[in-house]
Amino acid sequence: MSRSLKLLGLALALSLLAFPAAAQKLNLGRVALPEEIAAWDTDVRPDGLGLPPGKGSVKQGEEIFLQQCASCHGQFGEGAGRWPALAGGLNTLKADRPDKTVGSFWPYLSTVYDYIRRAMPYGNAQSLTADETYAIVAFLLNMNDIVKDDFVLSKENFGKVKMPNAAGFFDDNREVAEKAFWKKDVCMTNCKKEVKILNRARVIDVTPESKTAPKVD
Amino acid sequence: MDGKRSNPAKHRVGESSAADRKTMDRRRFLAGAGLAGAAVAGAIPVRAQTLAKPDPAITEVPDWSRYLGDGVAARPYGSPSSFEKHVVRRDVEWLTASRESSVNFTPLHELDGIITPSGLCFERHHGGIAEIDPAQHRLMINGLVEKPMVFTLEDLKRFPNRMNRVYFLECAANSGMEWRGAQLNGCQYTHGMVHNVMYTGISLKSVLDQAGIRPNAKWLLVEGADSAGMTRSIPIEKALKDCMVVWGMNGEALRPEQGYPLRIVVPGWEGNMWVKWLRRIEVGDQPWQHREETSKYTDLLENGTSRRFTFVMDAKSVVTNPSPQAPLKHKGPNVMTGLAWSGRGTVTRVDVSIDGGKNWHTARLDGPVLPMSLTRFYFDIDWNGQEMLVQSRAFDSTGYVQPTKEELRKIRGVNSIYHNNGIQTWFVHKNGETENVEVS
Ligand code: HEC
Repeated sequence: MSRSLKLLGLALALSLLAFPAAAQKLNLGRVALPEEIAAWDTDVRPDGLGLPPGKGSVKQGEEIFLQQCASCHGQFGEGAGRWPALAGGLNTLKADRPDKTVGSFWPYLSTVYDYIRRAMPYGNAQSLTADETYAIVAFLLNMNDIVKDDFVLSKENFGKVKMPNAAGFFDDNREVAEKAFWKKDVCMTNCKKEVKILNRARVIDVTPESKTAPKVD
Repeated sequence: MDGKRSNPAKHRVGESSAADRKTMDRRRFLAGAGLAGAAVAGAIPVRAQTLAKPDPAITEVPDWSRYLGDGVAARPYGSPSSFEKHVVRRDVEWLTASRESSVNFTPLHELDGIITPSGLCFERHHGGIAEIDPAQHRLMINGLVEKPMVFTLEDLKRFPNRMNRVYFLECAANSGMEWRGAQLNGCQYTHGMVHNVMYTGISLKSVLDQAGIRPNAKWLLVEGADSAGMTRSIPIEKALKDCMVVWGMNGEALRPEQGYPLRIVVPGWEGNMWVKWLRRIEVGDQPWQHREETSKYTDLLENGTSRRFTFVMDAKSVVTNPSPQAPLKHKGPNVMTGLAWSGRGTVTRVDVSIDGGKNWHTARLDGPVLPMSLTRFYFDIDWNGQEMLVQSRAFDSTGYVQPTKEELRKIRGVNSIYHNNGIQTWFVHKNGETENVEVS
């Protein structure tokens, strides 16, 4: 081999040591198998993508709910103690104390299915079957007066259910609605005549540790 | 606004105290408290004290100077001095029904500089802390990709172009208890759902490139391996711009409560999106509208409609000292300090007021000033024991100025829970005790 060819070989070997270009394949990791994807990819979207085959009735859902959910969420989904309520609150979103539940607030039914299947019952997640989940979702709809007592929810009729607050959301508009916060001039001196204390945390007294007055030297 | 940081000390002393003297009507102050009395540093000369008797801390030999201390093996993983036991994360029990879906708070008033020590970073879990064996952990990429892939942690650590970046993480519900008025006495509770960490990892883009995202990809779903199966949708532009997949924090492995062994970093955006215990990223063409982006992390306005996808964290600041848990103990020189941050860019300036927003003084920024990072500010005062109403306001590189709570409420009402970045007021009493208040 000529000397120049040897040098060329060295240059090629060295080039392997350099960083590969941005989108270059690194030969790291492996292809995910379909069974692996199926095991983890349980997510459901509003357009129904990800819904498994299956169905469940309000009646079946009530049974499962009373066994596995009511201890925290209450027999009627009203929420036991400080556990979240899942039903009620319709038409309270403009109230002084809105009651945001699956029925009064959630815009998409797919979210209910997805969330229960991945995270509930609390402390025993991912234990419900597809049919059980359909049944519980049907029961939650019934408790929120969205479907009748004899309703059966399935992959096929899932998209037909309309949630009361479906139209209640819009995309972040802060840069328009709050444009005034991008201020050109800010006041530095004599910005207001008077400063009054309007309210004090101490009056409510909910801070975990109470304090005594400090000593000043 | 940029570039106005030049020697703030100059206009502090000159402008403010002169203006105070000229225009302030002392009788108009609360309970007759003359805030002008709390002058800025330099205005009043400080007298050094003389002791009657010598200090035994100097004249007597303490145990630690006489006897041998612990050897090197006694503390294989060091922890803070036993005198710092009070410096801990704290929670508010009445806030949540269960400790596994709850939050605790960073003790901001005990910290300085910009980096939050790993063990003091606030925690927010929805199903408790997942304790994961890294050898059993996998990251899957699926959906709209050329080739769905699985990576082990060892695979990820062999990626080229490893990066270290400092970013703040703020929970969108930070200060959420304060919408209806001052509630909690302590910046730990009012502002402690924020931390600032140097992360080690790789760009999210480099991981996605291995699977090859399809041209119609618009959103990602990121998913955790915890019992909450936490999921959030992230727009593809953000994912490719500056998001990271990280395994390191502050030079060591992520703490379990911060997502060990793997989490996603979404700079400047609400903390809930920074999914911990990251196990899967799905590529799609629309958002998933999951529970944490519909039921939660949407901002309900007075008219009953809700903003969604309010990802970026607005500029915000808070004076951490003095504050209710860190009262003033001495008259004379005192260091007033605090933190400022913005999810939109870099903090360019912080102003401080000691009279409830009548007059403002530009504070001094110290330490690294980095984009989407906590930024430390100082305002040295000479306190003569007068009452003060302490506030701070942050400015960022987009020209945004931190609004008052009233300005925020006018637009957002009081039921939006999230994104409360209004100006905080601390009422410093004559005895140094400090209280969370709201002022006109
Ligand atoms: C041990 C108590 C407990 C049990 C049992 C339980 N949950 Fe929950 N549930 C919770 C907690 C706690 C949360 C809030 C979790 C969080 O903060 O992320 C929750 C949240 C929910 C939510 C979302 C509420 C909202 O407004 O965002 C739904 C829906 C739900 N649970 C359904 C169920 C169903 C269906 C079952 C039975 C299969 C069930 N839960 C069993 C404790 C429980």
